[in-house]
Amino acid sequence: MEEIVLETQNLTVYYNGRPAIEGISLRIPRRRITAIIGPSGCGKSTLLRCFNRMNDLIPSARVTGRVLFEGVDLYGPDVDVVEVRRRIGMVFQKPNPFPKSIYENVAFGPRIQGIRDRRKLDEIVERCLRAAALWDEVKDKLHQNALTLSGGQQQRLCIARALATEPEVLLMDEPASALDPIATMKIEDLMRELAREYTIVIVTHNMQQAARVSDYTAFMLAGEDRVGRLIEFGPTQQIFTRPRDRRTEDYITGRFG
Amino acid sequence: MGLTSRSAAEIYTVRLQRGVAARWREWGELAIQGLLLFAAMVSVFTTLGIVAVLVVEAIPFFQQVSLVEFLTDPQWTPLFAQKHFGILPLVAGTFLTSAVALALAMPVGLLSAIYLSEYAPVRVRAILKPALEVLAGIPTVVYGYFALLFVTPLLKRVVPDLETFNALSAGLTMGVMIIPLISSLSEDALYAVPSSLREAAYALGATRLEVALRVVIPAALSGIVASFILAASRAVGETMIVAIAAGQRPILTLDPRRAIETMTAYIVQVSLGDTPHGTLEFRTIFAVGLVLFLLTLVFNLIALRIIERYREVYR
Repeated sequence: MEEIVLETQNLTVYYNGRPAIEGISLRIPRRRITAIIGPSGCGKSTLLRCFNRMNDLIPSARVTGRVLFEGVDLYGPDVDVVEVRRRIGMVFQKPNPFPKSIYENVAFGPRIQGIRDRRKLDEIVERCLRAAALWDEVKDKLHQNALTLSGGQQQRLCIARALATEPEVLLMDEPASALDPIATMKIEDLMRELAREYTIVIVTHNMQQAARVSDYTAFMLAGEDRVGRLIEFGPTQQIFTRPRDRRTEDYITGRFG
Repeated sequence: MGLTSRSAAEIYTVRLQRGVAARWREWGELAIQGLLLFAAMVSVFTTLGIVAVLVVEAIPFFQQVSLVEFLTDPQWTPLFAQKHFGILPLVAGTFLTSAVALALAMPVGLLSAIYLSEYAPVRVRAILKPALEVLAGIPTVVYGYFALLFVTPLLKRVVPDLETFNALSAGLTMGVMIIPLISSLSEDALYAVPSSLREAAYALGATRLEVALRVVIPAALSGIVASFILAASRAVGETMIVAIAAGQRPILTLDPRRAIETMTAYIVQVSLGDTPHGTLEFRTIFAVGLVLFLLTLVFNLIALRIIERYREVYR
């Protein structure tokens, strides 16, 4: 039996009083890659953003149910959102490096945690860039603006930046959808590498990608009422070869969505 | 069959030729284009005309007064028997009132921009932003009397030895007038920072203040600096407030409690006074005007350069 890091219990998210996802109960195992797949508008990203409380930034959003991280409810009264986001990192769909140097991008998280010591920062920056498989490409131009990098390099920089706060979980919201196939392959290789140490949850609408990289797959679907629900969750191999639900089968065989 | 098809072809060629209506239309197009060009050139030629007048009128002045005296003499007394033509007191007066104005307007303008862009709920922003911009619509002469009749008496209670006409009161009032310029332009720059950058910072555990200070402001910095420079240019060129409330005493001082005279106020004084046209005394205003023009031109050019650079920052 796998060790569980994140768990949602009957999670429902409302935007402007209307549910976007409803009744999601899901368990994310430690040091595995869990893919959330489903057609556009099924609430994949909404679910992902519950894990680091990014939905808090949307004033009209309301969350019911529970999201347990290491057994603690993230939406509980005494939870420090800042601490949550440090321990659960996020990589976005479009690479979004700060318009600062490569070095300062990675050092951003440690700096706001109060780390000032230059040697310590140097060490963190190098370690994270190595972990994100970017060090060899940028080690001679650490103080160049991050926006001079290619899209794929920028996305790996964003991964390095997320690693610098020493998170346990990495949330990835379609991290390769804005990249070309070669850059995508590099990101996927990197994810496999990172899964030795980190728990990864990835949202993707690329089913091949989910099949290639993930250990577990959750399939979500919005019905006629446009409310996203979890249809099926299981080991990726089982979901793609012997889905239990008819709708999962229809989706992965390309019959709709 | 052959006959009918030929006549159809003939009709077709006839229709392709330009008729009277088409010629009129072409003339119309040309006329419109000319009118638009004329409208665009009016402001260009006016500017060139003003510069030409300033230069032409300033030349005879500099034939009688050396540039060295103009730039180094610490006294400005062209309207007195003992004439001195050192522009330094007027420049000092202008910089003094402008410095006071900017010292107030830069922090307040930037802070209100940060509030509007990063903190204010959508509804508050929708009300506050236009309200702030209304400040810019108040005629400057109103600000001038406001400074003289309201701000100065108020300041006299707290600032000892404050003269009735003084740089402090005029500068502060001018600062209030400039706040909307800075806050509006800075807010545009802050608001234009992509929200993906804010999200990235929040996702790294940054607080709202850290997001504003470490991500949004640095990304918008050139826009903010440009707004400061445009505001400085506005302060240097502002006339009515300083003419009314700052005094008409060109002395070389940096004490904001005293009456001073700015370049703009001096030009008003001479233009409205009984100084005979064509005299050396009268020509001083063209020399002063030229200096003023060059100063604001330099400010605006710097701002333009910075705004251009800022377009490249995140794309």
